[in-house]
Amino acid sequence: MDILYSDFFQRALAGGLLIGLTAPLIGIFLVLRRLSMIGDTLAHVTIAGVALGFLIEVYPIAIGLVFAVLASFGIEKLRKAYKTYAELSIAIIMSGGVALASILFTLGMGYNTDVTSYLFGSIYTLDQTDLVVVGAVALVVVIVVSLFVKEFFQLSFEEDAAAVNGLPTKLLNMLLTVMTALVVSTAIKIVGALLVSALLTIPVATSLLIARSFKSSIVLSVIISETAVVLGLMIAGIWNLAPGGTIVLLLISMLILTLVGKRGFST
Amino acid sequence: MHQTLITNCHQNIIELNNVSFSYMDQKVISGLNFSLKQRDFVGIVGSNGAGKTTLLRMIVGLLNPTEGEIRLFGEPIRKFRDWERIGYVPQKTAFNPLFPATVREVVLSGLYTNKKLFRRVSRADQQKCDDALEVMKIEDIANKRIGQLSGGQQQRALLARALINHPDLLILDEPTVGIDAETQESFFELITHMHEHHEMTFLMVSHDLDMVENYLGKEPVHQSGKINFFVRHSHEILDCEETNLQHSLV
Repeated sequence: MDILYSDFFQRALAGGLLIGLTAPLIGIFLVLRRLSMIGDTLAHVTIAGVALGFLIEVYPIAIGLVFAVLASFGIEKLRKAYKTYAELSIAIIMSGGVALASILFTLGMGYNTDVTSYLFGSIYTLDQTDLVVVGAVALVVVIVVSLFVKEFFQLSFEEDAAAVNGLPTKLLNMLLTVMTALVVSTAIKIVGALLVSALLTIPVATSLLIARSFKSSIVLSVIISETAVVLGLMIAGIWNLAPGGTIVLLLISMLILTLVGKRGFST
Repeated sequence: MHQTLITNCHQNIIELNNVSFSYMDQKVISGLNFSLKQRDFVGIVGSNGAGKTTLLRMIVGLLNPTEGEIRLFGEPIRKFRDWERIGYVPQKTAFNPLFPATVREVVLSGLYTNKKLFRRVSRADQQKCDDALEVMKIEDIANKRIGQLSGGQQQRALLARALINHPDLLILDEPTVGIDAETQESFFELITHMHEHHEMTFLMVSHDLDMVENYLGKEPVHQSGKINFFVRHSHEILDCEETNLQHSLV
């Protein structure tokens, strides 16, 4: 139990709580717009950036973040080029990210262990700089979502009607994608690139089963996400398990319990 | 009741000047000239692929014509900013039925226009929403999720969203698709009643020729390719008076 009072655990908890807040705040709009896989894509591209960061000895998350933002612009461009095949843009950018990451891996074989920690997450290695970056991103995301929640709602409910209302849909789409890039690139050190989309989507998937309104689905998905982060970190800390994996498995358990509970109520 | 006589029922609301549109090399709309005047009701009817959806998307600025000019309320569409003057009712199939929004949230979203960026929902906005819900007689289901409603109720919610800004022009894109025959009829009665009693101009795309002919007459006044335009002009309406929308409908 002593681990819970250690500095690294406290930092992990702070970082986890911040990502636990921002991931579902952005995730809800991705899920409702059927863009759940965008988180995965940006995470893979971020890994390429992290690998480059290690190679050129620059703060890896910063390079990952730049890569993710650039990829988000690429996805938007391709989404326009292949309007009826929106998922193509995700597939193209994702494979590009993995390809680039694999080349960068082979160029710098020595740092592969460090990169692995970004693939599976290493929340206990969060340092002060990481925490400041995660905090800054969380602040930006919370401000942007509070300012544009009405507009993002309309965009997600029906994009054409939003455009007919004169909303700048291109700009709003871009803003949402860039916010996703920010959240994903900072979340990968916490849950890992392979699991980051779980944090974006599973709390939302669970809340959609029980929420009675859009507002309540946002609140519920944040509560679910934060509960999984806190409980997951504590369980992982006490029983020495992988924190990212524990958080995600807890999220899936909560989803299953909600599904079972809902079925129980409806029969 | 507040009533004022309309001095000009002949202002152009929509003008299409020599408008053409091509997908790749295929011309879908060619050299179309048409104008919609204040308080007219225009029904656009055509078979699948005739180009009616393309035409509607150009009129609301979602597509740019490859040639020609479109004007809304006298202004070129590129410069047009008064989007709250237009209410838009999409096809029921345009939104995700599992979307976790209540009817109230959907109706309120009609207020989120380019002029309301950064603004919070005010008490006056909530009142406008209550009024729109009351007009459409859906106030009792205001807190239900939109996906739990019948097709007819969903369409009324979308109509309430379009009416919340008290628009001058109401655009309806196949509003009765996916709705049973009886509900279609009552929905059509509702909008024709609105046309006859309120100062609004209507543009409706429909595949339902019988319903359109019933209200707009048997003969199209204009044809362009496979698209037929049926019109009931403002002067065919008994009164041309501004009426209080809520008073008349409730």
